[in-house]
Amino acid sequence: MESLTILLEVFNSSLRLATPLLLACLAGLFSERAGIFDIGLEGKMLAAAFFSAAIAAVTGSVWIGLLAGIGASLALAGIHGLASITFRGDQLISGVAINFLAAGLTVLIAQSWFQQGGRTPSLGDGARFGPLGSQIFIYVALMTVPASWWVLFRTRFGLRLRAVGENPAAVDTAGVNVVRLRFAAVAICGVLCGIAGAYLSTALQAGFVKDMTAGRGFIALAALIFAKWRPWHALGACFLFGFLQAISLRPDLIEAVIGFKVQVQLLDALPYILTVVILAGFVGSAIPPRAGGAPYVKER
Amino acid sequence: MTQAPALELKGISKSFGPVQANKDISISVQPGTVHGIIGENGAGKSTLMSILYGFYKADAGEIFISGQKTQIPDSQAAISAGIGMVFQHFKLVENFTVLENVVLGAEDGAMLRPSLAKARKLLTKLADEYELNVDPDAKIEDLGVGMQQRVEILKALYRQADILILDEPTGVLTPAEADHLFRILENLRAEGKTIILITHKLREIMEITDTVSVMRRGEMTATVKTSDTSPEELAELMVGRKVLLRVDKKPAEPGVPVLEIANLTMVDSDGVTRVKGIDLNVRAGEVVGIAGVAGNGQSELLEVLGGYATATGTIRLNGEELDLTGKHSDGQSRRNKGIAHVPEDRQREGLIMDFSAWENTAFGYHHDPKYQRNALFMDNAAIKKDTQEKMDRFDVRPPDPNLAAKNFSGGNQQKIVLAREIERNPELLLIGQPTRGVDIGAIEFIHQQIVALRDQGKAILLVSVELEEILALSDRIAVMFDGQIMGERMPADTDEKELGLLMAGVTEGAA
Repeated sequence: MESLTILLEVFNSSLRLATPLLLACLAGLFSERAGIFDIGLEGKMLAAAFFSAAIAAVTGSVWIGLLAGIGASLALAGIHGLASITFRGDQLISGVAINFLAAGLTVLIAQSWFQQGGRTPSLGDGARFGPLGSQIFIYVALMTVPASWWVLFRTRFGLRLRAVGENPAAVDTAGVNVVRLRFAAVAICGVLCGIAGAYLSTALQAGFVKDMTAGRGFIALAALIFAKWRPWHALGACFLFGFLQAISLRPDLIEAVIGFKVQVQLLDALPYILTVVILAGFVGSAIPPRAGGAPYVKER
Repeated sequence: MTQAPALELKGISKSFGPVQANKDISISVQPGTVHGIIGENGAGKSTLMSILYGFYKADAGEIFISGQKTQIPDSQAAISAGIGMVFQHFKLVENFTVLENVVLGAEDGAMLRPSLAKARKLLTKLADEYELNVDPDAKIEDLGVGMQQRVEILKALYRQADILILDEPTGVLTPAEADHLFRILENLRAEGKTIILITHKLREIMEITDTVSVMRRGEMTATVKTSDTSPEELAELMVGRKVLLRVDKKPAEPGVPVLEIANLTMVDSDGVTRVKGIDLNVRAGEVVGIAGVAGNGQSELLEVLGGYATATGTIRLNGEELDLTGKHSDGQSRRNKGIAHVPEDRQREGLIMDFSAWENTAFGYHHDPKYQRNALFMDNAAIKKDTQEKMDRFDVRPPDPNLAAKNFSGGNQQKIVLAREIERNPELLLIGQPTRGVDIGAIEFIHQQIVALRDQGKAILLVSVELEEILALSDRIAVMFDGQIMGERMPADTDEKELGLLMAGVTEGAA
């Protein structure tokens, strides 16, 4: 009986920790399926986390905070789109720049607005999502999985989006606007990252602290590769990462199960170790969308 | 009975910077006919078609479709105007099904299912009408090039194209597939569709077109009825001078075997067996041609011989066994033994495009003592002088050793590679796709050089997907299919039909 409660507890906590990963992972899925690699998920989430907490703290309304977070993430997505679609720049460099920009700017603005050492004030009741609000995020994230699958594989938009990530020339010669399509994908990515970031600072925790995304954007990318760019598999991958994060919070449980004490630091590092393992390609070959990473230039 | 032309261009001009790609081009194509456009590489055919398909905007000129003046600012407009395009490099999504590719961009609504169902029905109908059978649920990557091309045609017909433009459609097809394509085109013509066929192959023009326009250096030099002209006349119009279409050569006088290949097997990095136990000899003073559709192991065979892929089996050069896997299996060792290699893809394997002609001329032979000034430095002046002489002998234009490789035309790039390899006086010359992307004038020259080397008693292994070239140059022909040699034939005893069957893996009865 007791073990069942513990199991449920771990499951619950895995789910809560998997939620931002899942949202970010699906964000990346839309962008990369359209051929725009996005290593700036981390930066977008961080910016969204900051702005949602900061605006919620200032206005006292968590909903306005949420909108502000999404807006901030969208703005960064727009920069990424401009750099990599309109100006055909290098998508990796643009993503790195966005990560740096977000890491620096959030702390700088936080310090200038709140003078609390780069954090926002602790959010009071109306300015953060309570237990019920947090539940809603979890459900939204879970619902996004079938919704993404349906959009990608059952609608005209999805067909075109997948096609533009595989062979933009095919889409272009079929008379469809490649640039508009890719911007749409990048915008969806921005919105989902925004929700993920807002969840971190206004639901999972009560306020923004420096670098609070803690590499979740990269873990989401690893999960995306692990899932081979498929929505349902993304759910599984993100839950696995959420589970690893959850058990690292319960070293006592681990000790009870395996019989000896494991260093807490090692447990903390588990999700990151798995990330490295996945990114190093140990999970078998994952073939990314074929036109990913390359700007589309009309030939002849 | 005068009908408005299906397509009429009036005074189309387009330039890129100082280069005039199209100069005052006018054509008029009657509905229900096949119109050929022929010209060398860089004559402006592709630019003209890109203008028609909305990729480029013409600087001047007008386009009329069925008598209506039409603006084509983008591909969408071209499609609405009833123009369908089959590109030389297919524009298909490889991991989509045939159905999805056909529907892409021409869906009926936001939901996919009804569009796919409708397309499935129409595809069945088109398949019956025009011999365009394709499995609608097959993935593109699992289809051969001939099938992929049908998908492109189906895409155009699904969009109700009345004018179908095909850019070099037979370049990747086997002769049988090409024949099938021509049957499809004849069916389409019978249904009243207008077809524009862009090609550099004179034979195709003669076989299927009703009228033909010749382009040279951005200008339309002539438009004639096909029945009133001859391949010789068209070639002359294309090049601007008389061209020898046949290779002039004496019968071969083969000597001792130079290259002996026994049971050669090659597995690539993906674990796919590309060459499956091949036996082949090439004797001194003969050209052995390897025919086959691209991707049947010919490239890999050249890679093994040239020393940039490993293999099992034995290869002997003048009786001496070559190292196939060890440290003497590299390109340098092969060159030292007297194997020269003109690779299939000259822009990737034969040249470094951003480097100058003289630098490219030294590649592979940079250890040559005459290129060294002392133990530390190379003698660049000597390399340049050597390059200059080679360029003069091979008539490379412009004859400037300092010009980057990318600034030469395809034919002149090939001459640079050829000069580098042939002038080393090799025992064995490996040559892949010697005239791919090379214009007629240069083809003539390149073929003469190959024959001249043969007449000096050298062994030559030729790989080409152009059957005409194989037949014209080879003293013996081996056909490759699926990594195996399907058979050897003497050019005098065979024809394109028989070779075409072998290329498709069909061996007749007891072979």
